[in-house]
Amino acid sequence: MGPGSGIVCDISLNTKLNREQRDRYQNIREIREIIAGAKTIAIVGLSAEKTKASNMVASYLQDEGFRVIPVNPRSKEILGEICYPNLKSIPVPVDVVDIFRPASEVAAIVDEAIAIHAKAVWMQLRIIDLESAERAQNAGLKAVVDKCVKMEHGRFGGMLHWAGMNTEVISAKRRKWS
Amino acid sequence: MLHAGQIPDPYVGARAVPIYQTTSYVFKDAEEAAHLFELKQYGNIYSRISNPTNAVFEERMASLENGAGAVAVASGMAAQFTTLMTLLSPGDRLLASTQLYGGSLTMLAHTLKKLSVEVDFVDPSEASVWEAAMTPQTKAMFVEIIGNPVGSIPDLTGLAELSKAKGIPLIVDNTFATPYLCRPIEWGATIVVHSATKFIGGHGTSIGGVVIDSGDFDFSGYPSVADPSPSYHGLRFYDTFGHYGFLMKLRAETVRDTGACISPTNTFLLLQGLETLSVRMDAHLRNARAVASFLESHPKVSRVHYAGLPSHPQYERAKHYLPKGPGAVMAFEVKPTSGGAREAGKRLIEGLQLFSHLANVGDAKSLVIHPASTTHQQLSDEELVTCGIAAATIRLSIGIETEEDLLWDLDQALSAI
Repeated sequence: MGPGSGIVCDISLNTKLNREQRDRYQNIREIREIIAGAKTIAIVGLSAEKTKASNMVASYLQDEGFRVIPVNPRSKEILGEICYPNLKSIPVPVDVVDIFRPASEVAAIVDEAIAIHAKAVWMQLRIIDLESAERAQNAGLKAVVDKCVKMEHGRFGGMLHWAGMNTEVISAKRRKWS
Repeated sequence: MLHAGQIPDPYVGARAVPIYQTTSYVFKDAEEAAHLFELKQYGNIYSRISNPTNAVFEERMASLENGAGAVAVASGMAAQFTTLMTLLSPGDRLLASTQLYGGSLTMLAHTLKKLSVEVDFVDPSEASVWEAAMTPQTKAMFVEIIGNPVGSIPDLTGLAELSKAKGIPLIVDNTFATPYLCRPIEWGATIVVHSATKFIGGHGTSIGGVVIDSGDFDFSGYPSVADPSPSYHGLRFYDTFGHYGFLMKLRAETVRDTGACISPTNTFLLLQGLETLSVRMDAHLRNARAVASFLESHPKVSRVHYAGLPSHPQYERAKHYLPKGPGAVMAFEVKPTSGGAREAGKRLIEGLQLFSHLANVGDAKSLVIHPASTTHQQLSDEELVTCGIAAATIRLSIGIETEEDLLWDLDQALSAI
């Protein structure tokens, strides 16, 4: 099933966002739209270390057909892709800016994301800067806060299900060939 | 109960959940194989670790319990053991209820001791007692939602507050209630375990267990889940998998190493049971209420332990946490005859025609057993007293037969002693 059908219930898990903030920055419809519409995902703070969460997320996204662009001033190449020091030096259009940096660095990253006309900014689990998220939305970008892009992709695509996790996707329709 | 966890597959469209009776799965290519082993990609490698039929059962149980996910294992005991093995290290202590299934008590008191984990047993009804018994080494709390067999109901909210304040996970065995009667996660439990053998299956055909994680506990300061894992090339499970960290570790390490996996044929059968859980539980509860009242007013019965009766010490609390009713397992004592209380109990069990005399609960059929000589047989007399079990205590698991038939059977057996 692609990220477009079935009834989906909300999952809060241990997010620090309140109800209103979750409606705004963890909106299920918007998350599905971002994933469905993305081809190129720039990962800011992508680590070259194989066991780091960012590396595992990037590797998964590559397996699932996304072009991952590493942004990390300390590396030249990660997972077979040229690594850029910042978003502005990426020579191709970026759909999603996925952030694996501390909240204190998010504001500058969001400024760059707006400047390069990215379609969405995504702050990974426990990375919360609501002011910057609001600024991104006001500039016409979609914004997701305190969610993992791999988990959300796996949830709507059915892969997370293989690990026994609660996707909260209910459907009596036949799953589509992917 | 019917849909969560299964979306009909694209190839065949089977509406029933297929039984994937396979040990292993063909990799697409070498890279996929490597990524699966590195836990970078979701998917199946070997049925000791995961299986598509089991995954349906797991997600359905997680959904029913309102958890982040679940891991199905070989039995309820395996659910308990793999949970504790994932959380505890040598030198840690566990705080556990005195009123647990006898097999659980034995595991905690003796088998965990071999692994250098000590257990402090406490009365489940008062959270303050748990707080007083806590030591700096205490790393988990364990309680049954409805104590086996005398139906004690824990102070869930109090224990959940303690869990939060001290940063210690609260594990609740929800076997006797099922998520239809109570969802402990909604009261603040960290982890829920089940013997799915009981009401979840309901048919008494299959042994199985399941561990469900709320996904709400902050494991970042909890070494066994947060620290780099030496058995997974330094992977930090909580950092990498977030809400799913505990379950990923339990599956990829503990179940991998203990081999406590469940057969897909068993999860298929448990799924058949789950489809009718609510209907069965309503019938179990109707009969249980009728039997409890009948026994309490019977002249040959001295005492009935069922939290659905106003005479039970946790009657009010049961109404709070289990508003539909406190399950269908109860215990009672018959008045001693000339041969003593134990002899009276033995004669009663032998006189019953419909109740099956066996060591199980939660079957659609009504069951009876004498705990002191069977399920709690490994316990000392002193331990039996702390469990609330007398030499004469008889445990019933009320099935979904016609109510009059059950009352008739109990009446005729009681009359004959």
